[in-house]
Amino acid sequence: MDTLEKLTILADAAKYDAACTSSGVRRGYQAGKIGNTSSSIAGCCHSFSADGRCITLLKVLMTNSCVYDCKYCVNRRSNDTRRAAFAPRELAELTMQFYRRNYIEGLFLSSGVLRSPDYTTEQMITCLRILREEYRFNGYIHAKAIPGAAPELVNALGLLADRLSINIELPSEQGLRTLAPDKSRSAIFRPMAQIRDTVRENKRELVKYRHAPAFSPAGQSTQLIVGATGDTDRHILHLTESLYQTYRLKRVFYSAYVPVVENTLLPSLDTKPPLLREHRLYQADWLLRFYGFQARELLDDTRPNFNPYLDPKCDWAVRHLEHFPVEIMTCDYEQLLRVPGIGQVSAQRILAARRVGTIRWEDLSRLGVVVKRAQYFITCAGHMRDGLRFSPATMVRQLETIERGLLPHAAMEQLSLFDATG
Amino acid sequence: MNWPEVVFQYDETFDGFLCCVYESYVHKEFPIAFCGDEECWSLYSVRYVPTDLAHARRVYRSIVRISQSAADLLRRAFLTCLEDKEIHLYAFIRKLYDDGPAFLRNRADETYYPIAKAVRHMNGELEKLRGFIRFSDYDGVLGSEIEPKNRVLPLLRRHFCDRYANESFFIYDRTHRELLVYSGGSSRLLPVDNLTLNPPDEQEVQYRTLWKRFFDTVAIAQRENPRCQNSFLPKRYRGTMTEFLPADYGVTPKADAALPGSAVPAGTPAPGTRPAPVPPAAVSGA
Repeated sequence: MDTLEKLTILADAAKYDAACTSSGVRRGYQAGKIGNTSSSIAGCCHSFSADGRCITLLKVLMTNSCVYDCKYCVNRRSNDTRRAAFAPRELAELTMQFYRRNYIEGLFLSSGVLRSPDYTTEQMITCLRILREEYRFNGYIHAKAIPGAAPELVNALGLLADRLSINIELPSEQGLRTLAPDKSRSAIFRPMAQIRDTVRENKRELVKYRHAPAFSPAGQSTQLIVGATGDTDRHILHLTESLYQTYRLKRVFYSAYVPVVENTLLPSLDTKPPLLREHRLYQADWLLRFYGFQARELLDDTRPNFNPYLDPKCDWAVRHLEHFPVEIMTCDYEQLLRVPGIGQVSAQRILAARRVGTIRWEDLSRLGVVVKRAQYFITCAGHMRDGLRFSPATMVRQLETIERGLLPHAAMEQLSLFDATG
Repeated sequence: MNWPEVVFQYDETFDGFLCCVYESYVHKEFPIAFCGDEECWSLYSVRYVPTDLAHARRVYRSIVRISQSAADLLRRAFLTCLEDKEIHLYAFIRKLYDDGPAFLRNRADETYYPIAKAVRHMNGELEKLRGFIRFSDYDGVLGSEIEPKNRVLPLLRRHFCDRYANESFFIYDRTHRELLVYSGGSSRLLPVDNLTLNPPDEQEVQYRTLWKRFFDTVAIAQRENPRCQNSFLPKRYRGTMTEFLPADYGVTPKADAALPGSAVPAGTPAPGTRPAPVPPAAVSGA
C-alpha cells in the first residue's frame, strides 16, 4: 500500500475528531531545530475544508485497526472497512515535507488500539521520537493519550507533545456502558488527572530549572460527542464546567454526531448531525471561559436544552431584564461582558475610550459593538437610542430575526399571523 | 490656521513620508494630496520632497517622544492599502502634535479610526497569510507567490525566517512586485518586476497530490458548509493555494506570465518531464 492510499484511509478515519488547534504555546526559533510554533497564542489555521472546519495540523491515525468495538466509531472492530497503518518513519517524513511547504502547523497523532493501549502508545512514541530527535522538529504536536495506557508511557508521550488529549466521547457513564463497553470511565479520567498533575508539577520545575523538559506545555483537551446519546445540553455543559475546573482542561471540543454505522442503539443513518446544537454548546463554552458565566445560569432543570432561536447570551439577557439597561459610561467590565453584542475586545475598547471622553451612540459601532443587538440593553450617557421603542416581546422577536440570518442553515419558516407575540 | 495647500511629491517610502511632514512644517504648507515619483499633474502647486534621513529621523523621534505606540502604529499603517493613507497619516501626526496622545485611547476618534481599521484589516490578512502561504520545492529552494492587498512582506519576514531558518526560501508578492529572499541566515527584500518559476519536479507534484488528497478527505460530507468555508478562507486567497489548484500547477505558465514566443506548447505535459524554460528565479533573485 503506498503513502497516498494510507493517508486517505487514515485521514478519513481521523476526521471525526473535532480538536484541531495549534494554540497554547509560543516557541520561537531554537538553534539546531526546524520550525517554530505559531507566533500568535491563538494558533494558526492553514486551510479550511469544505465543511468550514479549520485545518491546522496533519490529523491522522497511526493505525485504524482497533481491538475495541465502540458502537459509534467507524474504526470499531466489527466494522467492515479497509485497514492501514503508517510506519513511524513514513509518517515522520510526511509531516516534515508537509511542514516545510507550510501546509500544516504540525502533527495531530491519534490511533486505533492495536493489540493493547500500551503497544499503541509505544508506536506513537516511536514516531514522535523520530520526529523530535532525528528530524529535530520544533513545530506543534498534538497527541492522543490512549485510555488504559501505562502512566510511564503517557509521561513519555507528554514530553514529546505540545498538547495531550483524551476523548471522553460519551458524556455519561450510562452512554459509555452501552455504546463503548470496552472503555471504562476510570480508564479515561485516571490519565486525565495524571496529565493535570504532571503539567502542574512541570510548571513548578520550569520555574526552578529553566531547561527542564516541558511536559505537554499547551495542556490537555478532550472531546464530547453530541447527539449520539440522549444527554441534555445541561448535562453536557455542567460536565464541561467541571472538566475546566477539576481537570484544568484548556479546551473541551464538541462533535456533532455523524451517523457512520448502523446500530439499533444509535440514531439512524439518515439523521442529520445536530450542528446547531453543537454551535450553541461552543457559544456557551466561550461564555464559561471568557465571559464569567456559570453553567447553572445558562441552563437549569426547567430549561435543559438551549434555545434554538437565540444564542445563549441573548437568551440569558432577555430572561434577566432586571440587570438591564446598563450605562456604558459607568458600569464595570463584568457588566459590559454580559451585554449581548459586546465582546471582550469591544468591552476593553469602551473602558479605554470612556476615560478620555463621552461615548456617543454613533461611536459604539466603531468600538466594535454590535449595536443592533446591544441597543436594547444599554444606555449611552444616560440616553436610550433615539427612536427605539420596544416591549420585551418585540425585543425578543427582533433579536431572533437578527439571529436567523446568522445561522448556517436557516430553516425556512412559514410566517404566522397567530404566533405568540405577547 | 491658513496654510497654503500644495501637493507633495516624494519617493513613496516611509522615510520620504516623514520628510513630507517635516517640509510641511518648515514651509507652513498643508498637503492636499501626495504623489509618487511619476509625473504629477495638478492645479495645485507641487512641492518635490527629497528624502533626507536626518529629517525623517527627527520627525520620527518627535513622534516617539509623544507616544511609542503611535510611532509603531504609523509604521504599520504605512504598509496598509488604505486609500489616501498619507493624508490620513498626516492628519494623525498633526493631531498628535496638537492634542497629545490621549485620543489614541478612543478608537472611535475620527482621525484615529480609519487608521486603526486599516491596520486591523492588514493584521487579519497577515494572520491568514501565515497559514495560507504555500511553498513548492524547487531543487531544494522553497518558493511561494502571494497576492495580498496590503504590503505584508516586511511583516511576514520574521515569522518565516524563524520557521525555515535552516532552509532557503523566497516569497514573491505579485501585487507589490516585491520579493523576500532568505538564505543562509539573512533575508532581503527586493523589488522584482516579473517572476517566472520553474515547473515542479515529480516529487513536488507527488507531495502536492498527497496534500490535496488529505484536504479533500478531512472534510465531512454530511457537514458541508461552503458559506462557512468562504468566510474563513475568502476566494481571493485561493489562486495561490495548492489545494485549490491542479497538482501540476506551474507546468503550463499562466496566461499573464507567459512570454510571447515562449516555447511552451498548449497541452499539459506529464509532470516533471519538461526541462526548465527559464532559469530559476530563486537563484537569479538572491
